[in-house]
Amino acid sequence: MVRMTDLPDYEREYLLEVPCPTFDSDPWVAGPPVAERRVAIISTAGLQRREDRPFVRDDADYRVFHKDTDSADIVMSHVSVNFDRTGFQQDLNVVFPVERLKELEAEGAIGSVADYHYSFMGSTTPDDMEPLVREIAGYLREDCVDAVLLAPV
Amino acid sequence: MSALGHYLEEEGLATTQISLVRPHTEKIRPPRALWVPFELGRPIGAPGHPEFQKKVMRAALALLERDAGPVLEDFPEDAPADAGPSAEGEGWVCPVALGAPPGLDAEPGSLAAALAREIHQLTPWYDLGREARGGRTTFGLAGLGIEAVGGFVTSFLDGERPDNPRPEIELGDVLKLAIEDLKNYYFEASNAQPGKTAGNAELQEWFWNETTAGEMLRVLHPVIMESDDSRIRLLGEKALIPRRQKNRAKPEAPRKAS
Repeated sequence: MVRMTDLPDYEREYLLEVPCPTFDSDPWVAGPPVAERRVAIISTAGLQRREDRPFVRDDADYRVFHKDTDSADIVMSHVSVNFDRTGFQQDLNVVFPVERLKELEAEGAIGSVADYHYSFMGSTTPDDMEPLVREIAGYLREDCVDAVLLAPV
Repeated sequence: MSALGHYLEEEGLATTQISLVRPHTEKIRPPRALWVPFELGRPIGAPGHPEFQKKVMRAALALLERDAGPVLEDFPEDAPADAGPSAEGEGWVCPVALGAPPGLDAEPGSLAAALAREIHQLTPWYDLGREARGGRTTFGLAGLGIEAVGGFVTSFLDGERPDNPRPEIELGDVLKLAIEDLKNYYFEASNAQPGKTAGNAELQEWFWNETTAGEMLRVLHPVIMESDDSRIRLLGEKALIPRRQKNRAKPEAPRKAS
């Protein structure tokens, strides 16, 4: 569990010392009810298709997944050794819940599932990822996405 | 992750996100976040629990209907425990009796041979697990077969630099991918028995302290820390031994009552 009080001292101290960016503004985009929204997932788990170039340390770029990409073709090349991979090994949806998103669409809980979803590798400095995140925003708009679910790892 | 929400919202896209480390989210203040009390690596909860996973997602998506933010809410439930003996307090045991590793002072050749034997022992279980998941495996990052992965990693033990089997990627990064492949193979094999899956803590303890592969990587660590290749040294410094294992021998300081 990632409750600070449950962590060993060394791990709590490490996490609390991770530098975090701060911002001067609080951007906020309103929209229709969730049941009408088209949703995309962006993960920072260092996911790639098997044939993609793997993530290596300090990579700030991203990988793209069609919503129907076979789960057997999605692997993880995140460089960190300090998080669980056993959940991902058993069930892709623990990290990249695209099948759950499709079920929510079928249930009418969301409007639709975006055609394309994305992954960065979260150990990279956010400043380095920023231009590529803004680039992806254009692709998301072309895909008529109006809600993004961001999933860390 | 929280910073990405900020950037996307500035670009006109509404975001909601999972937060795993609440203090980070409190500092960065993304537009909408749902903090979940789950283990790092499991943002949507637990494997094989689709209804629980959807409950987490509905809670995160519901934040999109708030009128103003930033919003940071707490998900109220813990994730379901992994199935298997550990959930019943019996302790997890690897299905394969691997035998004792050769020891930290073993010669590189002995370690390599012992690793090859260990991989051979685990292969039927890896195959079984892969078959049970419909062919899905997380092994294969380095683009080598498992025997080649073992041979490639152990070839660094004598301090030499072997030929790079993936010249388009730096040698140190190929070594990192091969090591991840080795761990993925071991973890998938050891978790192959239905109903007897173990979580991260148990498998890490087993891998790093009871297998030849874990012992070989402990022997490799000081060797690559002396490498003249900065990328290989960086792997040794930051991405080989988990913090949990580095700190394993250190007793915990008594926790102050709050």
